[in-house]
Amino acid sequence: MTVSLLDPEVCAEIDRWVAKYPPDRKQSAVISALHTVQNHHQGWISRELLDAVADYLEMPKIAVYEVASFYSMFDLNEVGQYKINVCTNISCMLTGAEEMVKHFEKRLGIKVGETTPDGKFTLREVECLAACVCAPVCEINRDYHEALTPEKIDKILEELK
Amino acid sequence: MTILLNQVCYRTLHLPNSWLLSTYESIGGYSTWKKILVEKTPPAELLEKLKVSSLRGRGGAGFPTAMKWSFIKPESPGPKYLLCNADEGEPGTCKDRDILRFNPHQLIEGMCIGAYIMGIPFGYIYTRGEFKEPIARVDAAIEEARKAGYLGDNLFNSGFSFQLEQTIGAGAYICGEETALMESLEGKKGQPRFKPPFPANVGLYGKPTTINNVETFASVPVILEKGPEWFLGLGKPNNGGTKIFCVSGHVNKPGNYEVPLGTPFKTLLELAGGMKDGKKLKAVIPGGSSMPVLPADIIMECDMDYDSLQKAGSALGSGAVIVMNEDTCMVKALERLSHFYEEESCGQCTPCREGTGWLARLVSRIEKGDAIMSDIDTLQRAAKNIEGRTICAFGEAAAWPVGGFLKHFREEFEYHVKNKKCKTT
Repeated sequence: MTVSLLDPEVCAEIDRWVAKYPPDRKQSAVISALHTVQNHHQGWISRELLDAVADYLEMPKIAVYEVASFYSMFDLNEVGQYKINVCTNISCMLTGAEEMVKHFEKRLGIKVGETTPDGKFTLREVECLAACVCAPVCEINRDYHEALTPEKIDKILEELK
Repeated sequence: MTILLNQVCYRTLHLPNSWLLSTYESIGGYSTWKKILVEKTPPAELLEKLKVSSLRGRGGAGFPTAMKWSFIKPESPGPKYLLCNADEGEPGTCKDRDILRFNPHQLIEGMCIGAYIMGIPFGYIYTRGEFKEPIARVDAAIEEARKAGYLGDNLFNSGFSFQLEQTIGAGAYICGEETALMESLEGKKGQPRFKPPFPANVGLYGKPTTINNVETFASVPVILEKGPEWFLGLGKPNNGGTKIFCVSGHVNKPGNYEVPLGTPFKTLLELAGGMKDGKKLKAVIPGGSSMPVLPADIIMECDMDYDSLQKAGSALGSGAVIVMNEDTCMVKALERLSHFYEEESCGQCTPCREGTGWLARLVSRIEKGDAIMSDIDTLQRAAKNIEGRTICAFGEAAAWPVGGFLKHFREEFEYHVKNKKCKTT
């Protein structure tokens, strides 16, 4: 067995998740383990880290790849320091999401799906974030920003610069 | 008209730090749970009360809760699980988020009582991964409840034990489907299972399992505290109690409003401050994006309850009320929804995996003005060919919006095809 890529802090957090499930059901912790790893590694999970999670949870590698590629919150390629996920689903669409996306594009100088050249921001459209009565909404890393306006977006970006 | 607001799941929302145990206890929270444990109330007696209340599942399907809870017998041995579906994600719906953030203890108390009625020793709350703030509140509440002796072993010396944990998702609408949620909790892709067997027989880890929505569980402590007749009396027969409606879109005061079932739509619209900018109402999706849209003249005559909306050709669903004004392009609205279903199809069943792509491409073509007239019929047919041909109800969820939009606004789709532009602009 090679030395794990997972540092002790990450392992300790995964262990806390494993303890929530029956002893023979370690696999139940895989989603939380992937969240943990992603949070500790610049917001994305490399193939090597996926393999390390598989080893740690004693799962076949393919089973971890399946999970990692199925759920939209996991990034398997390098991303910006700040992931800006703008909801454009129906309630946000009705309240100006399209304009918000355009404003983000203009301010960041990138299109949806791209990352700024300095690696700071990745801009994406996402599906419903379940904050519809506060629309339009976006999520930056794990924080929600509600009732967006172009002015509010300027302020948010200013604070992150 | 005065209307009783926030009487059940949102009853703590006006209080400062409403999510803390001390706040919840100050309004009588956990007193029902403690009384049941101390008096060792027979589970059948509690189940009967729930039956009288006519509480129906608040996640979207509206299944009678007491009936669901009667499928698992408290005396049956072996491991069993109680799950709470907090994977809120039906477009338009954000009611559970506020229960989780602002009144998590009431959800916990409801789950405790459910566990007692069915003799279940272990439960999980499955919360969607994006919900950072709700996840933290629920974790803190579980910890508080444990320390206070409401969760754990041999609670209040009753001999009854109930352990509860929170587990989280990672972005997949389909995990709100009950068996997909179980797959996800087992550490797999969230792909729904064949039914039967039903979760009551073969659920999480292959064991008997009961799963309910956040709002359903959170209603239970109040029903038992104030009595099932009180709860039933708030609504209408067969439509007892209250429901949270998430009013979003073109209104002045979008928000979550917990009102008695059977509240007229007109009243709900007034509560939400009426139409924004004095625009005229065009259409409403009354129960989350998967339910058929209703035009203004029909919805304005509807009461917000299971039976009335079903009679009108839609459904109460999750209680998400998406309000659209006269400037809304119906083709564009359906285009966005169809894109959503294509994105979120889990890919397991061919009619859904392929069909949702067809729907999205066809509507998009109509929206862009690249379609021919027969595309509208093809769209209708493609939707029909998904319905009833998939393992789970996602197929219907993708198809019903198409049916609803075409039934009431076909003319607008035809206008797009003929004139290569939108009628509303």
